[in-house]
Amino acid sequence: MSELSNHKLSRRKLLGSAAGTAAALPVLHELVPHQQVHDSLARAAGEGGHHGHGAGAGTADAAHRGAAHSGATGSVDPAVNGFDPHEILRDFDRGRVKREGGRTVREFEIVAEDREIEVAPGVKFAAWAYNGRIPGPTLRATEGERVRVKFVNASSHPHTMHFHGIHPARQDGVPQVPRGNVEPGGFFTYEFEAEPFGLHLYHCHSTPLADHIAKGLYGAFVIDPKRRRRPKADELVMVMNGFDTNFDRANEVYAVNTVAFAYHDKPVRVKRDELVRIYLVNILEFDLLNSFHVHANFFDWYPTGTKLEARDFTDTVILGQGERGILELRFPYTGKYMFHAHVSEFADLGWMGFFEVVD
Amino acid sequence: MEAGQATAGRLSRRMPAWLVGLLPLLLLGAAIGLFVGLGEPGLERNGVPVEQVSVERTVLRPGEIELVVRNDGPDPVAIRQVLVNDAFVAFEQGAGEIERLRGDTITIEYPWIEGEAYAVALMTATGGTIDHAIDVAAETPEADVGFYGLMALVGLYVGLIPVAIGMLWLPWVRAIDPRWVQFLLALTLGLLAFLGVDALLEGTEIAGTGAEALGGASLVFLGAGVAYFGLAGVDGWLRGRESRTAGGGIGTGQSRRETHAAGTGSGAGLDAHAAASAGPWRLALLVALGIGLHNLGEGLAIGSAYAVGSLALGAALIVGFALHNTTEGLAIVAPIADDAGTLPRRSLARFAGLGLLAGAPAILGTWIGASAYNPSLAALLFGFGAGAIAQVIVQIAPSVRDSAGRLLHPLVAAGVVSGLLLMYATGLLISL
Repeated sequence: MSELSNHKLSRRKLLGSAAGTAAALPVLHELVPHQQVHDSLARAAGEGGHHGHGAGAGTADAAHRGAAHSGATGSVDPAVNGFDPHEILRDFDRGRVKREGGRTVREFEIVAEDREIEVAPGVKFAAWAYNGRIPGPTLRATEGERVRVKFVNASSHPHTMHFHGIHPARQDGVPQVPRGNVEPGGFFTYEFEAEPFGLHLYHCHSTPLADHIAKGLYGAFVIDPKRRRRPKADELVMVMNGFDTNFDRANEVYAVNTVAFAYHDKPVRVKRDELVRIYLVNILEFDLLNSFHVHANFFDWYPTGTKLEARDFTDTVILGQGERGILELRFPYTGKYMFHAHVSEFADLGWMGFFEVVD
Repeated sequence: MEAGQATAGRLSRRMPAWLVGLLPLLLLGAAIGLFVGLGEPGLERNGVPVEQVSVERTVLRPGEIELVVRNDGPDPVAIRQVLVNDAFVAFEQGAGEIERLRGDTITIEYPWIEGEAYAVALMTATGGTIDHAIDVAAETPEADVGFYGLMALVGLYVGLIPVAIGMLWLPWVRAIDPRWVQFLLALTLGLLAFLGVDALLEGTEIAGTGAEALGGASLVFLGAGVAYFGLAGVDGWLRGRESRTAGGGIGTGQSRRETHAAGTGSGAGLDAHAAASAGPWRLALLVALGIGLHNLGEGLAIGSAYAVGSLALGAALIVGFALHNTTEGLAIVAPIADDAGTLPRRSLARFAGLGLLAGAPAILGTWIGASAYNPSLAALLFGFGAGAIAQVIVQIAPSVRDSAGRLLHPLVAAGVVSGLLLMYATGLLISL
């Protein structure tokens, strides 16, 4: 829009641009009568807010949302991607449990691969993924346990696994420190103590770092405290991410667990009065901030989940990249309640969903 | 060699000539058929598909944005999502996948607000985005009778009326000193040169917004070439007719030119050039035709600008166009300045015809521009205008030679420069 400042437009340029070129014409802007809101808009508003977000998105027929609704057009078939954001929500990988010398060892296997993912209906993204899904599996262990992750690189690019947590340098998964990059076809077993308890994440740390994250190599890593969090809850994992589909170093698509509008078109079903515990991770690349906001409710907020006392009671949190935390809330009423990034632009671009509270 | 020629000779004797001429084409067809039939051996698609789409037309209706797009690249393109101002929006499209050079219509449901700017991005199956800016949102007028009437009125204001008024300078140019007539002809050359260059630039710029695959800026030059040589042909035909109707062949035409030459005070040296130059009415006709083609392009630009709402038809703009185009009327009558007395009864009809030819295309242009705008077509039409004007300049040029046969003597140079400056100055009135 640099042309906005160009006041020296000739008649010809003026006429030419009218036919649909890029030049924006402030002068003409002045000449055009500024009707406050177009008649049509008023009419549309009168028709029961068809333009309001999600104002008509049904549950069952979500795949065939009419043209009257906002959001993306069409739907993503989970079979195409090989994973369903609704399954990712409650899918925790606790590994294979072994006892070695009197202590518990959890063994995981993670394979990095090149894979095309449909991030918005009909829009494919050439991604890199851990175990064929974005986010990668939610690894879960208890503090003090031994974690052993065999990482196999089946991708055509070098990758690593870098865990947030406390561990020796060799297990840190950065290219600059041995063991460093795992070359295509290679593997490496990361091994460390699960500490400290809380909500962490893992991601590839190969360079260029932004690309290796933006392409999809990340996942949540939950370390439970020795004494379980009480009370028991309906536990959900939400990894806030985005995709730069046209390689302009900015995201075109925003989501929780990868697929734009996945929980908008088909709400997350929860029970009334039951405690809902959300493990919320922000891994969004290119944007400085992301946020989470829930409608008609408040939640206890445990940043990084490393303390058992809530630090805040709120309905909106802001997170930078790599920041994460645990939310606890109960829905006292049935019905549909929206949750979305309170960075409204992200919401319009896919990071928008519903809880459907049922008895 | 001789044997070969003999064979060829025998061959052409046995077969009709048209069949011999067709033979290489048939062989070419067979070769292509074989290549395609064998699955295009040796050619593998390398790399990712190239997705190029140009937006040729934007229509805004209440609560709706419609884009007419064309696949401009070598590969098919599938538009899967549409974003308006960084938000996914609901849309409908005709085809699932747009083949090369094919068009499609994308209908977006969007509560746009009048006067605001919108950035539309069409997202393809590969995640690529095709960006399109709507600079100022305004409802596209419905193409009904009233609308065409309004456009006709606009064409009348900016095209026909000014040209007609300009032509009313005829009595004046007939009254003034013949040397000044030559100056006016030179002035006309300046006016035309300005318009020609203007049309070329305008056409090239518009071509940039159209589908590259359809030719882009080369369309302007294609149009210019067609118009230039087409008009040369028309001129040749008119000459033939003129000499026939005059009855005495070329000699009569020449003698009239001699009178003209004597009238301008030049010597006998001009005769040779005069013979090569066009008759006054024919010259005027060519000027009118060239200006008419130019006004067609001008009308097109006005119509399309009005249709997308980025042109306010203010009084200033109409007045500006009127002053600007009045000079075009002068350009038409300058060649017939000292043709007084010839065919007095028919000259009024001719006079009106010239005005119509030069001004009426503006009306046609506004209709096309407002209802069926296409940048590639516009570029071609602007090219027509430029080419026509170039031909007209070539036709007029001989009549301004002086007794020594010089083209650019001081009077002519002054006239040309005055013409350029006049166009520039009146052009300022309409450059917002």
